[in-house]
Amino acid sequence: MSPLAQLLEAALFASSRPLTLEELLTLDPTVGESAVRTALADIRDTFAAGDHGVELVEIAQGWQFLTRRDYAEAIERAQFALRPRRLSPAALETLAIIAYRQPVGRLEVDEIRGVDSGAVIDKLSERGLVEVVTRGEGLGRPLLYGTTPQFLEILGVRDLDELPRLEELSVALRPPAPAEPE
Amino acid sequence: MSPPVVAPDQSGFVIELEQFSGPLDLLLHLIHEDEVDITDLPIAKIADQFLAVINELGLNQAADYLEMAARLLRIKAQLLLPRRLGDDEWEDPRAELVRRLLEYQQIRELVEWLGEAAVRRAEQFGRGFRPEPPAAAPAPLVIELNDLLAAAERVIALIPEPELHRVVPRPLDVEGATAKIEALLAARESFGWRDVVGPRPSIVDALSAFIALLELARRSALRLDQRAPFAPIEIRRESPRAAA
Repeated sequence: MSPLAQLLEAALFASSRPLTLEELLTLDPTVGESAVRTALADIRDTFAAGDHGVELVEIAQGWQFLTRRDYAEAIERAQFALRPRRLSPAALETLAIIAYRQPVGRLEVDEIRGVDSGAVIDKLSERGLVEVVTRGEGLGRPLLYGTTPQFLEILGVRDLDELPRLEELSVALRPPAPAEPE
Repeated sequence: MSPPVVAPDQSGFVIELEQFSGPLDLLLHLIHEDEVDITDLPIAKIADQFLAVINELGLNQAADYLEMAARLLRIKAQLLLPRRLGDDEWEDPRAELVRRLLEYQQIRELVEWLGEAAVRRAEQFGRGFRPEPPAAAPAPLVIELNDLLAAAERVIALIPEPELHRVVPRPLDVEGATAKIEALLAARESFGWRDVVGPRPSIVDALSAFIALLELARRSALRLDQRAPFAPIEIRRESPRAAA
């Protein structure tokens, strides 16, 4: 691997969270974005091709070394690390609504879910999965929420574009009126 | 006939409250169970089942579920109203509910996707991954006696001095004042307010004297004069001719 790739590898190894392209660019001011991208691909391929227990994963708008899935159970059994707690259905529902409607206010989340979601939003916000991104116009200038990089991280996706598109869902939202023969 | 869903008398169908994340979730569950077309909801049937379930689960106290039950019954009633033939203006009263159900169903599908993604992500560990710490027990309180005393002092300083009113049962002594004024009247033809009450009278004494004066004036035992507002009050025997 190139010296740049080795430098990036060292930085990624030292970090316990995904490093963004901007962060990686500060390692060596003399190199540009495309060089860093090439080096990252180089590292990823090297780890994928060789027999390694870790892989370089593009996640949450950054890159991070993660252990390979094959070893999840063994690692957990040995209790070096524990899987994070699962999110409740209510939490996932709320996350889904915020992810797709952001920036979105409490009221709209309540309306779509049909139940009061204030407590769930507070919990998600405490866990750093959603945050207040702005305030709405309307009455009382309501707080509007959006998802955080942490949200992408717990799903293991690069960015919001990787979430399924609404049109891809089997229940595409369409006006219910006149029954359409298919 | 309807499939064996959730009538209260059909025991053995136990659902835990946590199974439904809300009234829309419960509705979707009933719709799938009955395998009915979501865009052509048999409202009467669904409404009855909905009511049966929330009764069964004791959810009939939960506002969200009650609101949905009321909505279902209203739609059911609207559907029963006669419709004129060729009434193009007619809007299906179920439309709004169906839109919400479809929207919610979409969210459920996304939830499934998100849940699976989270599970897959959890199969990989990053460096120095630490599981989320369990909610930390509150740290034991450590208080220095001096801090406590200082805090108490600060608080005490903020407490306003209580305004105490001493209530003493001290009836007006109108009779005494009357006797005193009559004695003065006997001795002098005229005298002033100060002669009656002294230089710094208590409120009770002043009141007693004032009432006695008014009473004596009413009985024509004396006359009260005051040349101007706030001028000293002059008290005279009520027998000007005798005096003259």
